[in-house]
Amino acid sequence: MKGTKTTIAALAALLMAGAAQAEPVKVGMITTLSGGGAGLGIDARDGFMLAVKQANNPDLTVVIEDDQQKPDIAVQLADKMIQSEKVDVLTGIIWSNLAMAVVPSAVAQDKFYLSVNAAPSQLAGKGCNKNYFSVSYQNDNLHEAAGGYATSAGYEKTFVMAPNYPAGKDSINGFKRFYLGDVSGEVYTKLGQTDYAAEIAQIRASGADSVFFFLPGGMGIAFMKQYAQSGVDIPLIGPAFSLDQGILGAIGDAAIGIKNTANWSKDIDNDTNKAFVETFQAEYGRLPSIYASYGFDTANLLLSAMGKADVKDADAFRDALRAADFNSVRGKFIFGPNQHPIQDIYVREVVKEGDVLTNKIIGTALIDHADAYASECAM
Amino acid sequence: MFSLFLEQLLNGLQSGVMLFLMASGLTLVFGVMGLINLAHGSLYMVGAFACAAVAAWTGSFWLGLVASLMAAALAGALVEMLVIRRLYKRDHLDQVLATFALILIFSEGTRWIFGSFPLFLNVPEALSGTVTIPGGSQYPIFRLAIIVAGLIVAAGLFALIGKTRLGTRIRAGEADREMIAALGINIDRLYTVVFALGAALAGLAGAFVGTTQSVQVGMGEPVLILAFVVIVIGGIGSIKGALIGSLLVGFTDTMGRFLLPIGFEAFFDPASATAIGSALASMLIYIVMALVLFLRPSGLFGTEA
Repeated sequence: MKGTKTTIAALAALLMAGAAQAEPVKVGMITTLSGGGAGLGIDARDGFMLAVKQANNPDLTVVIEDDQQKPDIAVQLADKMIQSEKVDVLTGIIWSNLAMAVVPSAVAQDKFYLSVNAAPSQLAGKGCNKNYFSVSYQNDNLHEAAGGYATSAGYEKTFVMAPNYPAGKDSINGFKRFYLGDVSGEVYTKLGQTDYAAEIAQIRASGADSVFFFLPGGMGIAFMKQYAQSGVDIPLIGPAFSLDQGILGAIGDAAIGIKNTANWSKDIDNDTNKAFVETFQAEYGRLPSIYASYGFDTANLLLSAMGKADVKDADAFRDALRAADFNSVRGKFIFGPNQHPIQDIYVREVVKEGDVLTNKIIGTALIDHADAYASECAM
Repeated sequence: MFSLFLEQLLNGLQSGVMLFLMASGLTLVFGVMGLINLAHGSLYMVGAFACAAVAAWTGSFWLGLVASLMAAALAGALVEMLVIRRLYKRDHLDQVLATFALILIFSEGTRWIFGSFPLFLNVPEALSGTVTIPGGSQYPIFRLAIIVAGLIVAAGLFALIGKTRLGTRIRAGEADREMIAALGINIDRLYTVVFALGAALAGLAGAFVGTTQSVQVGMGEPVLILAFVVIVIGGIGSIKGALIGSLLVGFTDTMGRFLLPIGFEAFFDPASATAIGSALASMLIYIVMALVLFLRPSGLFGTEA
């Protein structure tokens, strides 16, 4: 009788040890859910949570907070998540100026940071960190592809425009790196600017044969509407952010035919992507945007690492993240030496399918493209 | 270069006129009731959303414009009767707190009704297209229409304040509110009317601006900050100050963005000239505000406190 009791106790202890083996992972998501940039953060969150829901892994909990697109709030939230919520992994930041305020101190406190969007050059080169992974891209990437596309399309005098913040600088640098023509004018606008009449007048007067513009979220809507109203008909080129799913509806038919560069599109032909687009639409009643695709991939990367290693064993968990052993909606997915993706970048065109505006791939701009800063990263 | 300069002047005028629609309501409410209304930007948002929703539903921008006026005035009157009325006797900090709460309520309420993604609102067919301005540039008809409409509203407002019985009461209310109450004027109703009038002007600005920008939750806050800059420059409570301040801010902002980078090119290479010029341009209106406050602490047309 006593023997049976001991056996049961031992069994129970074993069972409990078995249950405790999979350490729970707590994720802190800081993203923009209110204000002009809310559409981007909401898409990234919804993409992330869709993957979390599909995985249905009880060891994964996610805490979500709204940074209001303000660096000081993002820093407060990060402190709160690290100190009182005791998260293991941070993610979610959309804007590079917020990422610069949060990421360096978070990774220095031995937290993992997986970027769903912002990936400023400062964090890709000398400032790279073993705990920082960018799932989306390095900021320059899509703009480099746009520069490459502008060159191959035969443009010789391009007017370039971006907001005055870290990603805006990365954007213009990236574009110029792959653009062989002349820059006929260069303008940095205020982040969050809503009236572009002064800039459009400069574009008209510049004699440019094309315009490259990086204006994510509401800024892109405002610019596109005003550009269409102004009667200027110089062709536009942008990264996907300027013409993404979330804003096309508000721009209207003025967007049709505009070329933009992206590392994801809803028509990339693989099973993971098809299932993602279908389930996202079923869950939220709208087409996913590029930010939703980044969120979805980020969650799946995290889940793949959780299946291989314990988050408390940082080295093993980091190796598991580096392996990137998950099915990406982009098809293949590998990290370069600075833990930014090496990937294909496509050229898309805005089209109307039925009465919905969306993007369609019309070619590939750059194949297996790595970022320009990887060699500066000592890791 | 001449046509570009002229075009930028028109752009400055247009942005100034739109700012005036916002700032006049704000300064009126402050002048008459002594109330700091942070939720003024939310009324602007209400106007833009009402216009976009009705325009999408009926297909007519003009019905949308009417809806924006009515929705914003109605929202203004309701807010005044339910919330603001309790704040007149409180100090400014309580007013700021309560009206900040209103911003959050309006934003979340709008998000709840319309969702988080921007709405579509375009210029009406009759006003699309461009005209040739002297010097040969093309200028959008709609922006010219906004300038004209804004100037008409400004003239109407001056006539209302200066020439009508309501205007006399508003001015009397500004000067001495106990006295006009003692003279048998229903001060509660006067305040509601003034508040609704300010709200309607903000809603109208929201509808106009919504056609050229993104109609989205939170669109009112950046404009609100500019409107406060305007009334501080113009002198709090002064409609004339609001007009001059609006035009000053509109011209300074537009011409700064246009001329500063060009000016710096004389001293620096083009890339740094653009960077320095645009950085300075975004600060320029605040520099102007600081200068005005330094020279005239109560604003251009403010009464000495």
